[in-house]
This record gives sequence, C-alpha cells and structure tokens, in this order.
Amino acid sequence: MGFLTYLINGLSLGSVYAIIALGYTMVYGIAKMLNFAHGDVIMIGAYVVFMCMSNSGMPAVVSIVISIVCCTALGMIIEKIAYKPLRKATNLAVLITAIGVSYFLQNMALMIFGSNPVSFTSVIKWQGIALAGGALKITGNAIITIITCVVIMIVLMWFVKNTKPGQAMRAVSEDKDAAILMGINVNATISLTFAIGSGLAAIAGALLCSSYPSLTPYTGSMPGIKAFTAAVFGGIGSIPGALIGGLLLGIIEILAKAYISSQLADAIVFAVLIIVLLVKPTGILGKQIKEKV
Amino acid sequence: MKKKALSLALCAAMAASLFVGCGGKEGAATGGESVDTSGELTWRVGGIGPITGGAAQYGQGVMNAIQLAVDEVNEAGGINGYKVSFNFQDDEADQQKSVNAYNTLKDWGMQILEGTVTSGAGQAVSAETYADRMFMLTPSASSTDVTNGHDNVFQVCFSDPNQGAVSADYIADNGLATKVGIIYDSSDPYSSGVYQTFAAEAQAKGLEIVATEAFTADSKTDFTTQLQKCKDAEADLLFLPFYYTEGSIVLTQANQMGYTPTMFGVDGFDGLLGVENFDVKLAEGVYLLTPFAADADDDATKSFVSKYESQFGGTPNQFAADAYDGVYILKAALEAANLTPEASSEEICEALISEIQNVTYDGLTGEGMTWNEKGEVSKAPKAVIIKDGAYASVD
Repeated sequence: MGFLTYLINGLSLGSVYAIIALGYTMVYGIAKMLNFAHGDVIMIGAYVVFMCMSNSGMPAVVSIVISIVCCTALGMIIEKIAYKPLRKATNLAVLITAIGVSYFLQNMALMIFGSNPVSFTSVIKWQGIALAGGALKITGNAIITIITCVVIMIVLMWFVKNTKPGQAMRAVSEDKDAAILMGINVNATISLTFAIGSGLAAIAGALLCSSYPSLTPYTGSMPGIKAFTAAVFGGIGSIPGALIGGLLLGIIEILAKAYISSQLADAIVFAVLIIVLLVKPTGILGKQIKEKV
Repeated sequence: MKKKALSLALCAAMAASLFVGCGGKEGAATGGESVDTSGELTWRVGGIGPITGGAAQYGQGVMNAIQLAVDEVNEAGGINGYKVSFNFQDDEADQQKSVNAYNTLKDWGMQILEGTVTSGAGQAVSAETYADRMFMLTPSASSTDVTNGHDNVFQVCFSDPNQGAVSADYIADNGLATKVGIIYDSSDPYSSGVYQTFAAEAQAKGLEIVATEAFTADSKTDFTTQLQKCKDAEADLLFLPFYYTEGSIVLTQANQMGYTPTMFGVDGFDGLLGVENFDVKLAEGVYLLTPFAADADDDATKSFVSKYESQFGGTPNQFAADAYDGVYILKAALEAANLTPEASSEEICEALISEIQNVTYDGLTGEGMTWNEKGEVSKAPKAVIIKDGAYASVD
C-alpha cells in the first residue's frame, strides 16, 4: 500500500510540474527562448487566488478564473515590454532579460505582499477517497491535480493540431521566416503562446499551493526550475514531452525520497536527468515529435 | 527614440526594484531606533533579526521587547547614569543580510550587539563579532555553532543540545510515545543540531526511533513522503525540530493524510498560532518547548505581558521574553564592570566577557541564570501544549 500512496503522490506532484513545464516548452518551441520568469508568474497567480479567496471570500472557481485572466494579461504584458523589443537580439540577451523579469516580479511581490509566508487554503474542498478499507487514502488535491493535468494536455494537443491558431503555432515553430511569407502573423502567434502559457501558470499556482500550502514571493522559483528540468527531460518544445517529463520527474523525486534517502532526493532526480541526456541529448521525446510547439 | 525612452523607463523600474528590499530595512531601523537627540553620550546597543520573512514573528518579538526594556531602563535612569540608544536591523534570517545588517550597525557606532535572533544568521555574525571584539548576547540563536570558539558570544536561550536532550527526557519520562518518528531540516544548523542530541538521548532513554527523515531548504514545502514513511513505520509521536512556517505545512499535510500522531516541536514552533490564514485547530495538542509561558502568574511576567500587549498588540512569545531579559542582563553586567559609554567596544567586550560569568540573574525566562565560559546559560526548557488555540503550561 505504501508504494501505491507514493506513486499517487508522485503523479500529483508530477502533474503540477507538467502543467508548469508546458509553459516553458511552448514558449521555447515558438519563440526559441527560455522564459525564466514563468515560475514567478505562478507565484503571482497563487497570490491572486489567495487574495480573492481568503481575503475577499470569493468562491474557488471564480478566484481561479480571475487569476487566469490576471496571469494571461501579465504574460502578454511581459512579452510586449521585455521580450518583443529583443526579438532580433542574441539568445543570451533574451535569457538575461528573462532572469531580470523574474527578479523584478519577485521584488514586486515582496513590496506588495511582504515576505511573511501565508498559509494557502486549498481550492479543493473535497477530502478525497479511501480505498482498501482506509489503508490507501487518496487526497482530493491529488485526484483533481492529476485530472486537471490530463484534461489540459488533451485540450492543448487538440488545439495545436486542429485549429487555425494552433496550425500557426506549429508553422512558426518550424520556420519563422517561412511562416511570415505564408501570411502568418508571427507577433500575434507569439503573444498567444505567452497568453496560454501564463494562463496555465495561474492554474498551476493554485494547484501547487493547494497541495503544498505555504505561499511566499519565492514560492515559484524552485518548482519553476524543477519544471524546466522536466521540460528538458521530456524533450523541450514537445507538449507530450512536457507531460512525460513532468510525471517522471515527480515520481522519481517521491520514490527516491521514499526508498533511497529523503536528503538525497534532489540529487538523484538530477543524476537521472544527466543520464537520460547522455543517452538521448534531445530528451525523451525530443526527436520523434516533429511538430514542435 | 521611442525605444530609448522605453529602455530608460525599464532601467528606472529595475533600479527601483533594487531598492525595494532596502526600503523595508530603513523603515525598520527608524522604527526601532530610540531617542538619540542633542548628541548626548549614550550606550549604543544594536539588534539584528528577521522582522520580515519566514521567521518574522521572532524578530518582531525581539525588537519590540528590547525597545520595551530599553525604555524602562532609560526611564529608571539608564545604565551607570547613561541612557541607552537602540537600533534594530532586519536580516530576514539570512546569513548574508545579517552580516550586512551588522556592518550597518557598526557604522552607526554600535558598542554591544543583542542579536542575532536565528542560529544560521548567528553563525555568520558571530565570526564577525569575534574578529572585531564586539560583545554579542543572542536572545534566541540556540545552536552551539554560534558560541563555539567565540569567547565573546553568550546566549540567553537554552542551547540546542539542551533542547534535544530535554525533549527526549520529557517524552520518555511522561510516556508520551513508544515509537518516535523524526523529520528535520538537514540544511539548517539549528534543526540538525537539535536532532542529533535528541537521537542520542532518545537511545539512552530507550525510546525507539522508527523513522528519521530529512528535508532541505530547497524542498521544504512537500512533506507528504516523509509523513507517509513515519506513518508506515507506525510512529505515534513525531519530533519536529524546525521553525513554525514549515511546522504549519507539516500539520496541514498530516491532517490531509488522516495521520494524527502526537506532534512535538521545540522552541521553533513558538509562533505557529500566528501564521496568517493557518487553521489553528490543526495545532491542537501540539507540544513545544519554551522557557516562558505568557499565562504564568508571577508579577514580572504579568507586568511584561500587559505592557507588551498595550504597546505592540499581541501576546509576547519566548523570543520576546528572552530579549527583554537580555537587556537587563547587559545592564547587570555593565554595572558590575562599572563602565561608561566612553569605553570602546573592544574594552566593553573584554570587561563583559569576564563580568557576565559572575552575574546571577532572575528574569522572565528563568530563576538564577548564570553563564559559563562557553557562553551557555544554566536554564532548562519547559514543555507547553497548545490548547484551545493558546499556549498552556503542562506540568
């Protein structure tokens, strides 16, 4: 029973990583840049949910919708102000800018919310289910997180494959210049990508803080790095890759903690990453999937 | 042109964001600084602690209590006829920021340091004060790493070995548990220090430790695996030697799992009830260690608690009580040394190192406190339990 509990906890943690990793992987696929501010958008999203729910007493669903709207707007504004002027600059310049934006968001949050941690009330009221006569207890948080992750993946893959904007995304990710020649509005497509990634960050923030209920301005940075790792692990630029990378990372992390050493868990996760990248430098799904989005 | 204007605006925004952190600090310094008008000669006592961040309740308690004690001392005529000025700097319980705060205080002309509040920061700052020969009395940094090899550092609180051993004794003597699980922060000297002495004493007392799990500063939000392992090992008591922020998460996650062992924290759990938006019902029945109970009915405690409540609001915790005692301990030692503020910080330091070992002090946090040359105080921690959303003495 212990093993099953760990597995479900790992899937739940991995699902959060996967949703965050989507933000990294989509932006990388289309704009060819690493948006290191993504983790901090998650933190802002979580604060918006907290303010709506705990301070203003709004229902959880309304709070999450408000948070998605705020984060989507934030993501588009960041893209417009910080990244768009650098579209022709070197990758390194964009990377440094992203790190700058990340610190800017953290310091903004420090100024507005202060650095005292707040205890986040779970957006999921459901207590979960007990199986096998109570020996296996699955929390509502875990179930909802896993389901949300799967639904988001399915919708996103459908969107990219079957809609006009989705096709535009695939075209831009394959060849930006050719896409312009074909009459695709590249700027609008990149904006849309940021909007979707940041909207997902809001959901990730709410789910992350529901399971691990402490919120500070630095909450987003460590999960952000882990999710970035997951994106690379699964093959950066690939949507199913983000799902597989995220889930594997979560499961490895929890199982390493459970069966090897709770102190060495992070080291083991990154050791596995190094081995995978040695064998398959593009990540697990890095090559098979041609449609990078 | 448009681009230039935009990048200028962005630069300005970046620069502004750099000052965000400093803004808080300056505000704090003026908040904690007492009257120092007309260039009159005063004792310059500095304080360092987290008044923002994950351990903010400790720093705020310490800052307020020192201010309270300094005001009392000044009203009663000061120390050896000279008033005390007090300046408190924020360190967010961070080593680097703590050393920066120390340098700020040195520039201000500090002669004696009453800080730091946390052990990690204390480690860094004690090395500096030792090199500078600055007398350092820490109200609450309990790790022996703060005092080890530093003859100028003394503690008002009991030390980590003391806490670990007393906890194990208490659990064994009161039959609280037979199977003990431990979760500790392996990246924090305070937490690992308490854990090590607890484990040694628990073994000596015949307690069975069925699970020992660790976490680090990078992974201090997910405790489900550690809790599950303790649950599978059938631990009926969890020993949790870390701070209240992580404590609130552990209690929430244990509750979600439906795991209800006896929770036993040490002095780091003081402040648990003050975490914003935390469901205090989850803390019901949690044990923690403290030398001070705000509900005690001796006159000194009553007067301190009522003054603190009326001036700052909220009930003072043990850190505040330790800090309040600290000011009077300094006063006693300075009077015994018969010094004036004209003395340099080096002279004060050397004099206080020998004088404090002759001082016997009755305070809020213990009767007949004395200090040995290692900087340790001779008082024992007491266990309290959280009952109906408040701390209550158990014995």
